[in-house]
Amino acid sequence: MTSGPLVHLVDAVVFANGFPLLSGVDLDVTPGSLSVVTGANGAGKTSLLRLLAGLVPLSSGEGTVCGIELRKGDLRQLRRRVGWLGHEGSFYADLSVQENLHFAASALGRPTSEIDAVLERVGLTSRRDTVTKQLSAGQRRRLGLAWLLLRRAELWLLDEPYASLDDQGREFFDALLADVTRAGATVVVSAHDPLRSATLQISAIHLAGGRIQRDQP
Amino acid sequence: MIRVAWLVARKDLRIEARSRVLLWQVVPFGAMALLLAGLALGPAHAGNSSAGPGLFYLVMLFVTLLMINRSQVIEATPGTRASIATLGLDPSGVFLGKALALCLELWVTGLVLLAGTVLVLHTALHGAFLALPSVAVTLAALACAGTLYGALTAGGEGAATLLPVLCLPAFAPLLIAGERSFSAALGHGGLWEWWVIVLVALVAYGGVGILLYGVLEES
Repeated sequence: MTSGPLVHLVDAVVFANGFPLLSGVDLDVTPGSLSVVTGANGAGKTSLLRLLAGLVPLSSGEGTVCGIELRKGDLRQLRRRVGWLGHEGSFYADLSVQENLHFAASALGRPTSEIDAVLERVGLTSRRDTVTKQLSAGQRRRLGLAWLLLRRAELWLLDEPYASLDDQGREFFDALLADVTRAGATVVVSAHDPLRSATLQISAIHLAGGRIQRDQP
Repeated sequence: MIRVAWLVARKDLRIEARSRVLLWQVVPFGAMALLLAGLALGPAHAGNSSAGPGLFYLVMLFVTLLMINRSQVIEATPGTRASIATLGLDPSGVFLGKALALCLELWVTGLVLLAGTVLVLHTALHGAFLALPSVAVTLAALACAGTLYGALTAGGEGAATLLPVLCLPAFAPLLIAGERSFSAALGHGGLWEWWVIVLVALVAYGGVGILLYGVLEES
């Protein structure tokens, strides 16, 4: 476990094609916390999560995630320590649920014997042999969670995970996030609207125009 | 690296087996292209076995370009790309795995098209058998070069049209050497001299891919 904040950004700027996606973000995220990044479309929510995942380079400013410097550190090492769930869907559409998880587990050197337990946890046991492109949007979200559970990532980065979920799915998601933060993982979630949950202790981060407007516990 | 290569190759081949793009689209396309090439030559020339090697490699060029695009499209969905990037796979292993899967797919297609040259273009069966090793090595070199250039254009605007433009200069010596060694197997010249070019190209593209694939992925 890293001492101090798991995420530490100082005046972080990210440019893409000459356009600033993030324009001076200061942020600290403590280990074991659940942070929710809100903001309108184009505010920079996904860009912030992608920066924390090591998927886009830091153009200027300073940043450390999981103890790895974003400017000079090994971003490939950082990526292995974070779990990413994008809103576009994260899997090979022509592989089955079980095959996708088997690929991820093998790539990470994790035991494939855990796949059954993870599928049970997210309620996809009956869909293990279903080809991923035949799953509903909600089931694909659950597969994403199974993927993350299998990884046991230090930092979970979830890009609009509540999209396409019904009430039951949202409750399930809340319960799972509560479990993983209790177990010590740190979670950063992007969402259009602030989360309203009686069970979760949430830090709110609001982005507008690539800057943080407020950061309230 | 070898573990990652095997993992990626198995994944690509499994996806191919399930989607059946090779079986129902690429192989029929190659067979039709070969048939049309024979018809375009006319009965007098199509029956001349010396046309076989050139037409075989011309059609294999089209097939290779299709399969390179297909190999990259598997990874191209933005969500998939990000998720796979967070697995932190060794890029050299990814290159080898994708090149291996592409190579096996090209070998399958190549076998069908070799049979086609015997049936449609009346290439000597014995010569086609003798050409098998050189065809296998040439297609392996095409797979290595194609995987490298596929990564270069992946996700970019106009990737499907940019790919042939970038690939053709790299493919040209391979196609010439492959055609020459195939012709040699049919009795038109020495059998081994063109092999050297293809083998050197295979080692060169394989080596460059292992070294640079990570850089291309990051860019």
